[in-house]
Amino acid sequence: MVAPLLEVRHLRVEFPTRRGTLLALDDISFEIAPGEVLGIVGESGAGKSLTGAAIIGLLDPPGRIAGGEIRLEGQRIDNLPYEQMRAIRGRKIGAIFQDPLTSLNPLYTIGRQLTETIQTHLPVSAEQARQRAIRLLQETGIPAAEQRIDQYPHQFSGGMRQRVVIALALAAEPKLIVADEPTTALDVSIQAQIISLLKRLCREHGAAVMLVTHDMGVIAETCDRVAVLYAGRVAEMGPVADVIHRPQHPYTAGLMGSIPAMDEDRERLLQIDGSMPRLNAIPNGCAFNPRCPKVMGRCRVERPDLMDAGATRAACWLVEAQSVVV
Amino acid sequence: MTALVEVQDLAKVFDVSAPWLNRVIERKPRLFVHAVDGVSFSIERGKTLALVGESGCGKSTVARLLVGLYQPTRGTVRFDGQATGAARDPGELRLLRRRMQMIFQDPYASLNPRWKVLDIVGEPLREHALVNPSKGGAGEMRDRVAALLQSVGLAAADTEKFPHQFSGGQRQRISIARALATQPEFLVCDEPTSALDVSVQAQVLNIMKDLQRKQGLTYLFISHNLAVVRHVADQVGVMYLGRLVELADKADLFAKARHPYTRMLLDAIPDIHMSGRRRTPVQGEVPNPLSPPAGCAFHPRCPNANARCSAERPALKTFAGIQVACHAVEEGRI
Repeated sequence: MVAPLLEVRHLRVEFPTRRGTLLALDDISFEIAPGEVLGIVGESGAGKSLTGAAIIGLLDPPGRIAGGEIRLEGQRIDNLPYEQMRAIRGRKIGAIFQDPLTSLNPLYTIGRQLTETIQTHLPVSAEQARQRAIRLLQETGIPAAEQRIDQYPHQFSGGMRQRVVIALALAAEPKLIVADEPTTALDVSIQAQIISLLKRLCREHGAAVMLVTHDMGVIAETCDRVAVLYAGRVAEMGPVADVIHRPQHPYTAGLMGSIPAMDEDRERLLQIDGSMPRLNAIPNGCAFNPRCPKVMGRCRVERPDLMDAGATRAACWLVEAQSVVV
Repeated sequence: MTALVEVQDLAKVFDVSAPWLNRVIERKPRLFVHAVDGVSFSIERGKTLALVGESGCGKSTVARLLVGLYQPTRGTVRFDGQATGAARDPGELRLLRRRMQMIFQDPYASLNPRWKVLDIVGEPLREHALVNPSKGGAGEMRDRVAALLQSVGLAAADTEKFPHQFSGGQRQRISIARALATQPEFLVCDEPTSALDVSVQAQVLNIMKDLQRKQGLTYLFISHNLAVVRHVADQVGVMYLGRLVELADKADLFAKARHPYTRMLLDAIPDIHMSGRRRTPVQGEVPNPLSPPAGCAFHPRCPNANARCSAERPALKTFAGIQVACHAVEEGRI
């Protein structure tokens, strides 16, 4: 077992508000091995983007890390001063966000944005940085990179912009890429291109990826392992194939059943009634219990931790009940 | 079985020219976008036609043309045998509008945040004078709205709430309840679940299917998600740059799609069951609709394109029950 690249232990993120403190992430733990692709999946409000933001140190105030720790290559990064974190961000952790239009500066050419990033983190001359930027653009499949490097973001289409953002994220050869919904804003045919590009480049550059998305299809195609988030907690985590084909947590099972399938006909989709609880009204016990079809008395009072469930780990009392029976 | 909705050669051209002064001084040309360019289809009563395509292909424009939010540049829409463009008489139009309603994509933008649900869902009833709350119909209005809300799985007590008190899925149900208020026969649904999470999307799709079964509704369902389309549609039309490139029954389209663009779309769906199917992401992007390629609009991205494809625009023709606009299919090359 290699030492993990990223370790997140018991991470808690809070938002203090006038009406009390909201617990947005509650006891999140996972790790990413070097070169591994970990998917973080969940519905809106589950806390998946917050997890990404906490790792790259870009939590929007008043949100704050209230407990737990984040370690990158063994070094704690959750309590670093701003300037030190700035040096790590971009150098060791690259970030890709959902909307390529807002993550590029419209007033600078993409060449300037790329060389700025490269020169901030690597000891190279301006000319070397420019050569490197052109090479990165070529790698991400931008035609005529030598000319296009001097163009502005508005001269690129959505898919091309996202390629530029990927080039930016990879500019300083980071060990970890946090990709937050990198394909959500794109059309399906472009999505497939971007996902395969991201996969290929990260493999070539040896970067691990934390892929945050709501799209189980993207997870299935891309990731090695996946963590399913629900109401700020990890509901289930394990190898992708096991989580998708043999989900142990009723929420994961419901989530998978509610996706219209391409290879079978069903008159009705499996549906999970209700919706995710708001942060100020997270139920006692298991957060999923009001929507769970298999709820038991214990679920309403006692909160389950992640426990081994076959090949995956699920936070569900059913798992324990079943292992007792077996 | 007769067609409830018949669309013939529908076209919509938008003038996107620079202002007159810029055209004169900077010699900018007039610019037109052919958002919808000669689309024909029909929908049988009680069935669902889905239109799929990527952003900018004109599918939402078709939806808006059908309900009369845009006036077509060319072509006709016939509803139950009557041409909607010909209904000049306001009373006639009003009656027509009562029979067709629309559900919009974003349930956060399509509900007035300052209105109670009672007013939102009751507005069509008031507008079409089906209930008159000022003349002692307030109780009836409340009952009608409550019944509508219950038909989409919300509670009667929700009439007194405001939209912000509901989640995205619940808001979309309010939109559906509002669309159903006038007891329409035809619903135009423009990406009704694209803004929703998958578990909530399943709830909304199930409700829509239940309502169709119970009330015999006819749907035009606009979506970019082929998996969703496969779940709800009877017939599927694939659009590319303002034109229909393929139109077929659902089973045929998903089993033996003919047009290279449809195949590409099918190929681009992430494979959730990891069957190990090799995906070949098609290169290139949708061209700028301001200057679409000559001939077949898809030819710059098409693996089967030849000289004819770049010169001559293919027409929709029927091959083995599937309507396809493709020279390669016609010539038997694919």
